[in-house]
Amino acid sequence: MISVQSVDLTFETNDGPVQALKDVSLDVKQGDFVSFIGPSGCGKTTLLRAIAALENPTSGKLSVNGRTPDEARRSREYGYVFQAAGLYPWRTVAGNIKLPLEIMGYLKAEKEERVKKVIELVELTGFERKFPWQLSGGMQQRASIARALAFDANILLMDEPFGALDEIVRDRLNGELLNLWKQTKKTICFVTHSIPEAVFLSTKIVVMSPRPGRITDVIESPLPENRTLEIRDSKEFIKIAQRVREGLKAGHTDEIL
Amino acid sequence: MKFFNMLRKLFSNGNIIPIVTVLAAIGVFWYSVAIPMNSERVARKFKDLTASEHVLKAWNLEKPKLPTPHQIITEMVETVFFKKITSKRSLVYHGWITLEATLAGFILGTILGIALALGIVHNRAMNLSVMPWVIASQTIPILAIAPMIIVVMNSVGITGLLPKAIISMYLSFFPVVVGMVKGLRSPDQIQIDQMKTWSATPRQLLWKLRFPSSVPYLFASLKVGIAASLVGAIVGELPSGAIAGLGARMLAGTYYGQTIMIWSALFSAAFLAASLVIIINIIQNITLRKMAIIR
Amino acid sequence: MNNFLISFFAIWILGWWLNSILSRRESSTLIKFFVPTIFGIVFLIMWELLVLALSINPILLPPPSAIGVKFITEIPTLWIDFTQTLIKGALSGYLLGCGSAFIVAILIDRFDFLKRGLLPLGNFVSALPIVGMAPIFVMWFGFDWESKCAVVVAMVFFPMLVNTVQGLSLIDHSRQDLMHTYSASYLQTLLKLRLPSALPFIFNGLKICSTLALIGAIVAEFFGSPIKGMGFRISSEVGRFALDMVWAEILVAAMAGCLFYGLIVIIERQLTFWHPSQQK
Repeated sequence: MISVQSVDLTFETNDGPVQALKDVSLDVKQGDFVSFIGPSGCGKTTLLRAIAALENPTSGKLSVNGRTPDEARRSREYGYVFQAAGLYPWRTVAGNIKLPLEIMGYLKAEKEERVKKVIELVELTGFERKFPWQLSGGMQQRASIARALAFDANILLMDEPFGALDEIVRDRLNGELLNLWKQTKKTICFVTHSIPEAVFLSTKIVVMSPRPGRITDVIESPLPENRTLEIRDSKEFIKIAQRVREGLKAGHTDEIL
Repeated sequence: MKFFNMLRKLFSNGNIIPIVTVLAAIGVFWYSVAIPMNSERVARKFKDLTASEHVLKAWNLEKPKLPTPHQIITEMVETVFFKKITSKRSLVYHGWITLEATLAGFILGTILGIALALGIVHNRAMNLSVMPWVIASQTIPILAIAPMIIVVMNSVGITGLLPKAIISMYLSFFPVVVGMVKGLRSPDQIQIDQMKTWSATPRQLLWKLRFPSSVPYLFASLKVGIAASLVGAIVGELPSGAIAGLGARMLAGTYYGQTIMIWSALFSAAFLAASLVIIINIIQNITLRKMAIIR
Repeated sequence: MNNFLISFFAIWILGWWLNSILSRRESSTLIKFFVPTIFGIVFLIMWELLVLALSINPILLPPPSAIGVKFITEIPTLWIDFTQTLIKGALSGYLLGCGSAFIVAILIDRFDFLKRGLLPLGNFVSALPIVGMAPIFVMWFGFDWESKCAVVVAMVFFPMLVNTVQGLSLIDHSRQDLMHTYSASYLQTLLKLRLPSALPFIFNGLKICSTLALIGAIVAEFFGSPIKGMGFRISSEVGRFALDMVWAEILVAAMAGCLFYGLIVIIERQLTFWHPSQQK
């Protein structure tokens, strides 16, 4: 599905070159829910953006659905969700969800149908005609996710979508996202800062560390696919979380905290 | 040393090549357009010219329809360096007349503007009654009053510099008021509350928080204000029969068909405007650097 | 002390007192309207009284009553001047200048090289006394409204260009990336993201240019005009010391300026309702 092979990515900045990714290799299978977790500067967002063809690796090979990331982008094979909802304030919620459909040339009747379906999926029925600034943060993110689901892409790339929300809303949205994943069977790549979130949502957890950005651990989650929020207190969950924490610490040893 | 550093900064600016290219393109365009525009007058004056002679004449007519840059610059150099500064033919003389009025009006306008801004920010009655009129006055073409002010003041014996300075003052006043009010009100509520927890007096609040915060806004308004002042001074020179100053020279050029004179006066006014704005910009950067608002 | 002078100070104090009381109350929309209106009315009354109190020669400074009378009796002439200067000169120049600046801005936007070259020049030119080109345009286009239109175009072009280019470049990065992930074409991105996003800046430019257009058209006529037009009327009536007519023309200019600006603000509110500056 997504194959990353020995990818290097160096940025040229005013203060000299910065190596955001070093020798990163990873395989994502169809239907996986992969979380990328690590401290700031570990390259997790850069990796996600490279998969989305928003950044170019300096060396190594990236393939998405058997194509280069840019070809996948042009065939509109993934949906991207940013950290800030990034909804256009001059469009209603429905208008925002329609945006990719307009660009991709769907017919009017199909657009209406898809918008309706996806609004139901994220439970925003009744808010179609509202403007983004009239919604709470959590609702805006739900609209942003709906927008990414509106067209037929089997990959969803999400960059800390719930980072700006409070914990209660976050828990709820985590549960909803998991349900969505089960219903739509998409492949999801999810960047996060939060250990419980990563462990709760994923089938595979990729632990990364900074300077230079690299993978320190890849954990195949033994947790069952049908999970509820209660699983966060189970022994297995805590063990996985501990392993993640170890991975994060290992990346930190060569740093002055 | 500082001057050398400034020059170095100017040239290491990444935009220098595009700017120079655009300027060169404008130059080429100007010379090309001058040929057809001046053709009629060339044909009227000279007969039996070859093509290249025609082009050269078009670029060097005495009373062209469109003077070429070298003609304008030659005229400017002549009237700046080769005439006595006190003579009525000197561009420096006329430039100074306009500059005097501009600066006088600008300084008055700025002082009054800041004073009114302080009043508006500190007094609710003034805020509600005066501010709407200040904003409305920005939509009114105030410059239209200029001839009237000149003539009225002349008839009560006030002539020369003062009437023009009043017009300039009026024009720079409004941008300064609007900018200062915005600047004095720019601190966050958080910062104001912080001051309150320290029992700061209103005076301390003004000097230590509001004034420093308003400095960037003030400089932005000063740049708009001085350009407006200059336009005011120039327009103020028109009604009194066009004797002295750059505006007067432009009008005189119109009366006598001396197009090169018009353009050289215009270029000088542009040069003046640019220099004044650049000077304020330099002062702005030095001030903001000292205040560590920019690094 | 004559009666007029007493009334002058009385009205001043009364007006000030009234406004102070109103200002101390909660600012409702009604109060926000009444306080400046009272200020304006008091100002006019004080003007009238001052002229009478100090026996100011009404030829030098006409009282508001005289101006009002002149205004009403000279409406036909005022209307002719208004059409000549503001409709033919200012409005045509405004539409032509802002329209072309808008198109050029979109063209420039595609080519970063042009943007980097023209933007600093545009800022530079905006500070120059362009109104001084009036005599040159009169020479090229004649005395009539066409030369005034040209002056207005020259005055509004660069401020509008700079504002539009600025609006088009200050687009949120993630919104642009989003368009990239949709593999949207340049045109789609322009129409669906960048133009709507740039509207606040575009309207800022339009507002600035409205005043410039009015000033340009009127002042350009000081440099030469057929026997009609507001600038012409002002300079000729000033020469004849018929200052009440001059004030009447200025009143027309003021009303036109406010109306024009107000119209732009109303349209702006409709189209940029989503911008934080339009929300309380």
